[in-house]
Amino acid sequence: MSDETTLSRRGFFTKMGILFNGMVAAALAVPMVAFLLSSIARGRGNGYLSWVPVGRVSDFPEGQTRLATFRNPFVMPTDGKTVDTACWVRHIAGDQFQVFAINCAHLGCPVRWFQQSGLFMCPCHGGAYYRDGSRASGPPERGLFEYPYKVQDGMVNIQAGELPTPGAAIAALTGEKPSCAS
Amino acid sequence: MRIMIGKIGQWFDRRLQLAAPIREAVQHRIPRQTASWWYVFGSAALAVFMLQIVTGILLALIYVPSAAEAWSSLQALNHDVTLGWFIRAMHGWGSNFMLAIVLIHMMQVFLFGAYKFPRELTWIVGIFLLLMTLGMAFSGQVLRFDQDAYWGLGIGASISSRLPILGPAMVRLLLGGPIIAGATLSRFFALHVFVLPGLLIAFVGLHLLMVLTLGINEWPMPGRVVKRATYVSEYHELTKNDGAPFFPYGAWKDLFFAACVILAVAACALYFGPFGPTGQPDPTIIPTAPKPDYFFLWLYALLSLLPPSLETPALLIGPVVVIVGLLLLPFLSGEGEKSWTRRPIAVLTVLLIAITLGTFTHLAEFAPWSPHMSAWSGDPVPVRLLHGTTALQRQGALVFQVKQCRNCHSLGDSGGQRGPALDAVAVRLTQDQLIRQVIQGGGNMPAYGKNLSPAETTALVAFLETLHPAGQAPARDASRDAVLSDNQVKSSGGQPKD
Repeated sequence: MSDETTLSRRGFFTKMGILFNGMVAAALAVPMVAFLLSSIARGRGNGYLSWVPVGRVSDFPEGQTRLATFRNPFVMPTDGKTVDTACWVRHIAGDQFQVFAINCAHLGCPVRWFQQSGLFMCPCHGGAYYRDGSRASGPPERGLFEYPYKVQDGMVNIQAGELPTPGAAIAALTGEKPSCAS
Repeated sequence: MRIMIGKIGQWFDRRLQLAAPIREAVQHRIPRQTASWWYVFGSAALAVFMLQIVTGILLALIYVPSAAEAWSSLQALNHDVTLGWFIRAMHGWGSNFMLAIVLIHMMQVFLFGAYKFPRELTWIVGIFLLLMTLGMAFSGQVLRFDQDAYWGLGIGASISSRLPILGPAMVRLLLGGPIIAGATLSRFFALHVFVLPGLLIAFVGLHLLMVLTLGINEWPMPGRVVKRATYVSEYHELTKNDGAPFFPYGAWKDLFFAACVILAVAACALYFGPFGPTGQPDPTIIPTAPKPDYFFLWLYALLSLLPPSLETPALLIGPVVVIVGLLLLPFLSGEGEKSWTRRPIAVLTVLLIAITLGTFTHLAEFAPWSPHMSAWSGDPVPVRLLHGTTALQRQGALVFQVKQCRNCHSLGDSGGQRGPALDAVAVRLTQDQLIRQVIQGGGNMPAYGKNLSPAETTALVAFLETLHPAGQAPARDASRDAVLSDNQVKSSGGQPKD
């Protein structure tokens, strides 16, 4: 019916059919990819960060470091206990605090505070930090992550909502700590 | 009866027309020597994969992929549902067996030169199968939603976040949001149950199809060299002259080995039981020491032993180099000798990789780099070290204990191993060196200057100076001795001896 140079009616409709399917697929790909990538887009501009209370100022004796827990500012019904997070609150003096993420700056394992030796120690690969969060020894390349905090009406509030990792917004907010025993 | 079955069979085959191609596949000729026990690992991996599909579907009947309920549904499987523990154990042990068999299969294929022309694509598809199997192992560990899974995800997130520019986006894509939560488990469930198994089935099909169409790799003979121009006709010659039908000639060994492997999985499941779950995935429970499953332990060790400055480059570049290397292998050595007896570098490479992975895995099992968190309160200073000591030295032993030195330093084989054992430290360091080390730290030891009063330091160093083997003198600062004796001589008004 058709040779190589002319386009038959059936050939034309087949090509149009493929094109039509391609257009439908492309049109549907937009919402599908947008859905798939929505977890990235949601985080843009740190819109998920929010102030949450970790306790009263009186809960944290001056000069000491205490474990506190807080609830993630955004909660989904299937989150269970994963939205409850721990942090270390160091009350320096008066309204001066340092609130450290529980996650080691190396690979995110939960660090433990040892009052007697004034060190945070990580159970995974042996990272250690001084009481001010600066790196003491082990594989971490930086000090502990710190949450921004503010004291309001006798409550200590921190800006939370993101898992602290070396590339995360919280890490960028507070900057790097010098790695010396100051 | 027989006639009846035959008739029913014919009825179906008239419509399906599958009997002829199946007969052809089953009876295809294989080189006689390949009917060997060395050629059973691929089919064993397939058998375990099918076991994983069956047990996985059974588990999905009870398991709830919700961060709020996954852990309790695993508890229900372990304790409440009839034989739930056994199905969980089979699935867990099946995963370990599958990875082990896939690795052995890969090693055999490599040593037998089976990746060479014309089976390059079979090897490449195999590499993807390996990566997917590793993906199944990791995502499966996440579905066992316990403390190890939670903190393992944190480790995954920390590694992803080190990607330049894309890091933070990768973390949120991996976790399904800014934190490890419900969405994280749901997406790993989708990966483990839909995406990866679907891909695995498709790729296994492709892999098998190529084994059938290209023929199983012949037994490598030293001197029988692969050449692109002649290989295919040589192979056909071989199967014609020295071949036999796959069924039953080669198949019976596959069948026996597959059954043995499945039995071994069941035996391990019966004897050892299911894996975990460990504690609840509650991030406020922090006294936990997360560890990955067996097959990722080597990575866990590597992450501790790499110098910090090399870690990020190694994590980002290492996997790319390894995967690209594996994919390029059949193109770099697509021809030539297949026999391992003529390929010493190939044999050495396999040995080196096996020893390296084995050593790292062994190291990770007892993690000498982690402080023993309870050594300071649980492992007392051995009493024999305190015999005949002064009050000051005993006070020093107390400081040693209370300041958690034990968490990293062992005495009498108990305590941490992060730092050196201190049983003979006085032989290595003089008093001044001890004081300096305690106060300023160094060599991966934190500085304790701010945490010890001068009195505590004095006592601690006095204790450390007693730590030397009987009959071996502690280290002395010779110049200091000289100065001191000089002063003594001067103060007593006498003359120096020499």
